[in-house]
Amino acid sequence: MDLAALIIADSRFPGGGHVHSGGIEEAVVRKLVVSERDLPAFLLSRLRTAGALAATFAAAAAHATTREVRSGHWRRLDAEFDARTPSQAQRAASRAQGRGTARAGRVAWPSPALSDLLGECPRPHHPIVLGVLVGVPHDAAMAAAYLAVSGPASAAVRLLGLDPFQVNAVVARLAEPMREVCAHAADVAGHDPATLPAPSSPGLDLFAEAHAAQHEEEVRLFAS
Amino acid sequence: MRVEHGHGHGHHHQVDFDPTATAPDHHDATPHAGRAYRIGIGGPVGSGKTALTAALCRALGDELELAVVTNDIYTTEDADFLRKAGVLAPERIEAVQTGACPHTAIRDDITANLDAVERLEEKFPGLDLVIIESGGDNLTAVFSRGLADSQIFVVDVAGGDKVPRKGGPGVTTADLLVINKTDIAHLVGADMTVMTSDAHRMRGDLPVIAQSLVDTPDAPAVAAWVRSLLPTRTR
Repeated sequence: MDLAALIIADSRFPGGGHVHSGGIEEAVVRKLVVSERDLPAFLLSRLRTAGALAATFAAAAAHATTREVRSGHWRRLDAEFDARTPSQAQRAASRAQGRGTARAGRVAWPSPALSDLLGECPRPHHPIVLGVLVGVPHDAAMAAAYLAVSGPASAAVRLLGLDPFQVNAVVARLAEPMREVCAHAADVAGHDPATLPAPSSPGLDLFAEAHAAQHEEEVRLFAS
Repeated sequence: MRVEHGHGHGHHHQVDFDPTATAPDHHDATPHAGRAYRIGIGGPVGSGKTALTAALCRALGDELELAVVTNDIYTTEDADFLRKAGVLAPERIEAVQTGACPHTAIRDDITANLDAVERLEEKFPGLDLVIIESGGDNLTAVFSRGLADSQIFVVDVAGGDKVPRKGGPGVTTADLLVINKTDIAHLVGADMTVMTSDAHRMRGDLPVIAQSLVDTPDAPAVAAWVRSLLPTRTR
């Protein structure tokens, strides 16, 4: 795996990911996740929906850096991700992390592809920036899929004081479904953006909207 | 589509994720029109960071274009405190969620705070000063130099007069150490002579200000220190 993918997947990467819980704060508030036992189901369904979508678009963006793409391609890819993200709160969270990742990426890995992307989309979605920075479709998909579950897993440790060894093991046991998700993402990486898969989780969409609505009146520790 | 949806404690929130009903995403380019000077205010829980922020807004609000980013977990409470104090227009206050890690948000990954500062700079071109107030943390918390140009560390006499002696990066490296609530020192058995001499011993030449916002609500000594940092303005 390329070093860039490892750095971006590291929780110490300064791209703003640590303030996002991937919907698990809302699930914790509603007592849908209360212990280590509840985590595998939450994380697996997140991996197969939001995680698969992120992996798909990360791989597609990485693939686009390896071939000639027409002017406007980045904007189209970004719009297709928008179209697959019905929750305004999730679009905002994705763009916030995309902006943070781009801020760090401009310093660490400047490239013509990154300049083209930011020229067309100044605040692109997170998986698209990630894909451009990594540049290898399967590695980009792995980083995106891993972040889709490692973020909520670490948020669960902070919110519930869970046993970090148990939580780490839960994430490790997602290896096989994560490989499947990433293999599929890499398979379709070169397809027309409009035809890319559109996995979705209405539950996570609702959590994200409810979380954003409640920021105004109750304490929320995470931005999403 | 609209979904009414409750969660068991007596009130309801309207959830709306119809993409055609939401406002457009705000993802236009950030205009760069020079940037404001940024001062970080850190320190333990309850030491008086928000009160000092309010005092600085009172002292400097008339002479400077000012805005505040607050990181407290009770973000709306802090924002409310500043609003009720009437020291700053509410739209000049941005709240940031730190994912239960206040020191990470000011030191290791400053993304959320930088975003908030840049939102304020977009809304108010020509800002002179942005105050970034950290969530309450421990004695090791410091602001990254990528976020704050200068930083103030706030401790108080009620936290114990041994705090400056304990050191830690907050006490030893902050550009200014403020010892707050000197008016209650005699009530909590804190020896101000010990506190200030320990502070000076730990900090070498770096400045220390002991103050009481009860005696001097506008924090004149700290405000003067802030003024000394800012470039001379031509307004």
